Amino acid sequence: MKFAVMINEGPYQHQSSDSAYNFVKAALDKGHEIFRIFFYHDGVNNATRLTIPPQDDRNIVERWSALAKEHELDLVVCVAAAQRRGLLDENEASRNGKDANNIDESFRISGLGQLIEAGIQADRLVVFGD
Amino acid sequence: MLLHTVNKSPFEKNALESCLNLSKAGSGVFLLEDGVYAAMKGTVWADKVTTALSDKKVYVLTPDLAARGMNTDNVIDGIEMVDYAGFVDLVAEYSATQAWL
Repeated sequence: MKFAVMINEGPYQHQSSDSAYNFVKAALDKGHEIFRIFFYHDGVNNATRLTIPPQDDRNIVERWSALAKEHELDLVVCVAAAQRRGLLDENEASRNGKDANNIDESFRISGLGQLIEAGIQADRLVVFGD
Repeated sequence: MLLHTVNKSPFEKNALESCLNLSKAGSGVFLLEDGVYAAMKGTVWADKVTTALSDKKVYVLTPDLAARGMNTDNVIDGIEMVDYAGFVDLVAEYSATQAWL
């Protein structure tokens, strides 16, 4: 079955990013397809590559990134939610005249249309958030 | 039928109450994260959850019970305990999921 996942909560906030990660892993282990993971609202903070958690803690961003590479997952960050929170890729940074970017290479910035498409294309949309 | 997910404690937010009041008979209610507190016996919510079990299925995510030090012996009778693999199966089994955030 084809699943799409939406995450509305930032890393280390409550538990939603962890729950979503465990759900996605379990779904992949069972042979399901993950059509897309859409990061919205504070969920966009899952995409910053500048996060430095303590060494004995899980690295949520790196964990998403590694899983995406392993399974070729499509991790999409909402552009409007990202810009409000200072999350930029190279294109957005130069387009907006900013001096830095911080999005991890496993994530891509796009719009809400990607969430709608995921809702249409996937058999199930599962929402994790606050 | 819908699988309703509740991830907040009923002692903190009214998500569970809204969910139980508005969900149809035959639907599933999935408790995860702080929502697992609603699965425990002896709380002021236990009667409401037990009543829901008469026409709905209720599930609780066992890793989230364990993460909070909750003993599975204290889970209300009739609630099904599942792990993440079981969670995935339920999402596939029900026609859609609705998150009560």
